[in-house]
Amino acid sequence: MDFYIAAVIQALCFGPLVVGLFLSMKIFNIPDITTDGSYTLGAVITAVGLSQGYPPMVALLLAMGGGALAGCCTALIHTWVRIHALLAGILVMTALYSVNLVLLGRSNMPLLDYPDVFDRLGMFDSVDGNTLSVLLLFVLLLLLAMSYLLHSDFGIALRATGDSEPMIRAQGVNTTRMKVYGLALSNALVAWSGGLMAQFQGFADINMGIGIVISGLGAVIIGDTLINFMKLRSMLPMLVCIIVGVVLFQSVLAVALSAGVNPSLLKLTTALLVLGIIALPRVGGALQLTKR
Amino acid sequence: MLQLQHITKIFNRGKATKVVAVRDLNLRLAPATFTVVVGANGSGKSTLLNLIAGSAYPDGGTMLLNGREVHRLPDYRRSRWIGRVFQNPLLGTAASLSMLDNFRMAALRGSTKWMKLGAGSTFRKQVAEKVATLGMGLENKLTQPMGTLSGGQRQALTLLMTVMADVDILLLDEPSAALDPRSARQVMEIASRLIAEDHLTALLVTHNINEALRYGNRLIQMENGEIIRDYDEAAKRALDHSTVVSWFDYF
Repeated sequence: MDFYIAAVIQALCFGPLVVGLFLSMKIFNIPDITTDGSYTLGAVITAVGLSQGYPPMVALLLAMGGGALAGCCTALIHTWVRIHALLAGILVMTALYSVNLVLLGRSNMPLLDYPDVFDRLGMFDSVDGNTLSVLLLFVLLLLLAMSYLLHSDFGIALRATGDSEPMIRAQGVNTTRMKVYGLALSNALVAWSGGLMAQFQGFADINMGIGIVISGLGAVIIGDTLINFMKLRSMLPMLVCIIVGVVLFQSVLAVALSAGVNPSLLKLTTALLVLGIIALPRVGGALQLTKR
Repeated sequence: MLQLQHITKIFNRGKATKVVAVRDLNLRLAPATFTVVVGANGSGKSTLLNLIAGSAYPDGGTMLLNGREVHRLPDYRRSRWIGRVFQNPLLGTAASLSMLDNFRMAALRGSTKWMKLGAGSTFRKQVAEKVATLGMGLENKLTQPMGTLSGGQRQALTLLMTVMADVDILLLDEPSAALDPRSARQVMEIASRLIAEDHLTALLVTHNINEALRYGNRLIQMENGEIIRDYDEAAKRALDHSTVVSWFDYF
């Protein structure tokens, strides 16, 4: 049972990450690979912050600032240098590997001796109970804040930028600036996840972000399928579906591991799972066409 | 009033594929006039529209809007004074946003979009009243995503959005070209009504000779980036369909 609770905790740690990916990939239509780097950056800044004696919440805020800066870099390379967003993201992600290594000073830093955000509430006797309650609080705040933001005038302009650039430019919006804001926000959320995961796992590792964008994407696709199935239009239920998506995704991975899949094959299992999620509706559609 | 003085636009400068799209063009659009521009493909009329809207910058010349130099400003800054309806009905509205959200953006054109919730009941009522004037029954579908509406409905709504906030110039870039004949007529009638009611200065680019003769009080023909014919209201009224067709009869 603890194994599955750990999976849900891990999924909630990924909550800000999937909301950030939903923002960049679904709302903004930008395939942002910076995620792999900014997730590790969040963990690294959190680790360095904690080791320097900063409170866990301050370390998380610093991590978000670092993520936002990384997102700004990708957006500026994309908009000013006019490089495709995918390549801009890959460039920043590659650069962040060195930045993370320099910041951390080594490839791995244990954080078990430092305080973390999860023992702040202390409502439960069990560690898992406290961790879960703090994460649920974070996710609730995240959903409410993002829902408000995306329904505000600024948020509508942000969503319109990803939908029809000519339309929103004709309404007086500087879309270059909007892309910078959007990717900064998205990567700040991703870095928040990195910081949470570092505090939950008790270490920051230079390689912890590798392939994280694929895990996040799988969760976003599950969430998006739920959104389309339920024909949702309001942002709050949409964001809830994205969180449900990440919980389902992590739960399926946990089931796979408990069923005896070798942990060394975790990334392969993740990739196959995402492939399955993407391919299933298409295969289903093709089969229906063949039947006709 | 919009004044274009010696405007030139060259594409692919310094290359074998160099094209002079607009050549030393002078044009003055007096307030509350509705000018129609016709011309063959490649005559420079769409480039002219893009230069006025700010989607392209001129290589030479100046552009004055009510005495203010605007030719160096990007399109999103010019949108405060210049409204535009695109040829593609899908470009003028955001498909995933509701009709209300699209109108919210239009109402805030030229002003900063802050983090406040603006589409309240007063705004909703105001939009519903405006949309009802189209006579398309869309006033009850304000929360529906734009993407669920037809091209004609979206183009009509784009027109309404363009005049939601005050504009000095309305640019119509073949707004009916991608629509079926009935929707095309409907959209052009709405455009004509809005231009007349709000006393707008408008510029319509079209390939449709019937539209060119039916709407507007000035007719211009462009060829090779230059204005080669310019008819005022009285002269335009004397033109017939076959005469205008003969302008394009190159063979």
